[in-house]
Amino acid sequence: MFGFIISRLLQAIVVVFAMSIIVFVGVYAIGNPIDVMIDPAATAEMRERLIAQYGLDQPLWRQYLSFLANVAQGDLGRSMVYNTSVTGLVFSRLPATLELVLVAIAIATVIGIPAGLYAGYRPKSLGAKAIMALSILGFSVPTFWIGMLLIMAFAVELGWLPSGGRGDLGTFLGMPTSLATANGWSHVIMPALNLSLFKMGLLIRLTRAGMVEAMQTDYVKFARAQGLPDRQIVFRHVLRNISIPVVTVFGLELGSTLAFAVVTESVFNWPGVGKLIIDSILTLDRPVMVTYLILVVILFVIINFTVDIVYARLDPRVRLGGTK
Amino acid sequence: MTAALDVQRLTTRFDTRAGTVTAVDDVSFSVHRGRIMGLVGESGSGKSVTGFSILGLIEEPGRVSDGKVMVEDTDLRSLSPERMRSMRGRKVSMVFQDPMMTLNPVLRIGDQMAMAVRVHDPMPKARALERARDALGIVGIPSPEERLAAYPHQLSGGMRQRVAIATALLHRPAVIIADEPTTALDVSIQGQILAEVRRLADETQTAIVWITHDLAVVSSLADDICVMYAGKIVERGTAEEVIGQPRHPYTRGLLDSVPGQHEPGARLPQIPGSTPQLSHLPSGCPFRNRCPRATQICATVPPFTSIGGHSALCHHPLEAA
Repeated sequence: MFGFIISRLLQAIVVVFAMSIIVFVGVYAIGNPIDVMIDPAATAEMRERLIAQYGLDQPLWRQYLSFLANVAQGDLGRSMVYNTSVTGLVFSRLPATLELVLVAIAIATVIGIPAGLYAGYRPKSLGAKAIMALSILGFSVPTFWIGMLLIMAFAVELGWLPSGGRGDLGTFLGMPTSLATANGWSHVIMPALNLSLFKMGLLIRLTRAGMVEAMQTDYVKFARAQGLPDRQIVFRHVLRNISIPVVTVFGLELGSTLAFAVVTESVFNWPGVGKLIIDSILTLDRPVMVTYLILVVILFVIINFTVDIVYARLDPRVRLGGTK
Repeated sequence: MTAALDVQRLTTRFDTRAGTVTAVDDVSFSVHRGRIMGLVGESGSGKSVTGFSILGLIEEPGRVSDGKVMVEDTDLRSLSPERMRSMRGRKVSMVFQDPMMTLNPVLRIGDQMAMAVRVHDPMPKARALERARDALGIVGIPSPEERLAAYPHQLSGGMRQRVAIATALLHRPAVIIADEPTTALDVSIQGQILAEVRRLADETQTAIVWITHDLAVVSSLADDICVMYAGKIVERGTAEEVIGQPRHPYTRGLLDSVPGQHEPGARLPQIPGSTPQLSHLPSGCPFRNRCPRATQICATVPPFTSIGGHSALCHHPLEAA
């Protein structure tokens, strides 16, 4: 177990390192931020000074090395647009995305898994067919469109929920969050639902497929032959088996939702990191892009690591670290 | 003395797109306490479906359409689903073919067995585990205490099958249906399990229905034998009678195709043709298209002809040699 953690940590460092190079080169290739930032009427002298200030006159490898040196001192740079520390900038936006994603994932799990279990347990029932039809809608209809429909219905026509923004913030564990106030909840619920639909559809289908398959297995027949009631068979025998693939996909989805909640954030004007990254791409704000993408990589590494641990907890046949 | 298991005119049908198929056709047999009955047949002969029908575990589109399943004077078919469930595992139990698949891979042996104990006898888990441990000891598993904490993949196939048998034995049921439980095992392990099952039947006075396609296995294990063909029992008698003096041509054919009793290098006799599809059975005797003794009369339904307790469903039974 300890060896597993160490080797995973080393892998993570290599991945982050490789990623930083790719991002750096990629961002360099997009274009020169000076062209976007500077007033076209500025003199060549001003332009030169600005370029020198950001170190953009240096060759790429030089820029990268000085970036690394700064990172080693815990400094990821300053935003060219906001002129504040990027870490501060990203972390000021992160709680908004986190709370949105957590609520979305919670909705998807609480509805998706029971619905999938039911649809797999009674695959021929009308309810199961309705659930499956809805799950197809969930992951085939574009998010932004459903988002706009939700706003039309609940904000414009019915007037029950606000159409965007984060609402009142409270503090929870020292972090400002909408989840601490009722008004904040009324703001978060609709975008979270919107964001959850795709994941819900996915979870329903995964759970259902696992359930249908598991109900045909010999261990379920054997459990039946022992006189176990179906409730116990489903929750004690089957659920644990099907949670193995579900956890895997769930982890990947959690990562990609955190990283790319941007569509929902735009539709609901949610001030999260997704909006920040889109803005920084438009303005070629390099330090923000680099920091954000590296953060995403670290996030994925952490999630994959957690998934592996949970996986090994769920399936005794899996041994961590590859040692037999 | 009433039989532990008395199956009368059991009929199970499957409603398929091609029409209704009768997988178990008017099957009757009984097994007394402590006896082992071998239910022999090829794949698709309906022997496993018979087992599942007895336990009331036939799933859609199948249904048990007729007959009685008497376990110690209770007709299982007359029970409500909930009462039927309470009989399973307690009065009648089942063991399956593939020991790799019958245990849940993600639960500890002890947890699975404790669950099976407590579903019928509510008790603290610690006590249920003790009972599971004792059951493991009874089926000859060394250091049962440690095995309780093991996961199925940590045990060998033979060990797992013993665990399955121990689980089936937890409530000392009157009847255990064993569906080819040694087919997936090595021959040496198979022998051990057979000896163990024989001993358990004698000691616990459990009636065992041993479903198999392997005549060699039943001839050494069973007290009585029923031979199934196309959903029907075509011959029944004591193991000695059926193996020693088969009266149905099908049984004769099966016995002749067992390797080992022929000259080395000689061509193995075979039954011509293959098992008929249940949806396209010939009229009258289902075996007549493959039978060397068939005549015109075989197109009509054959009668059961008996000598003592040994009977065959045939117009032209083989004479005692």
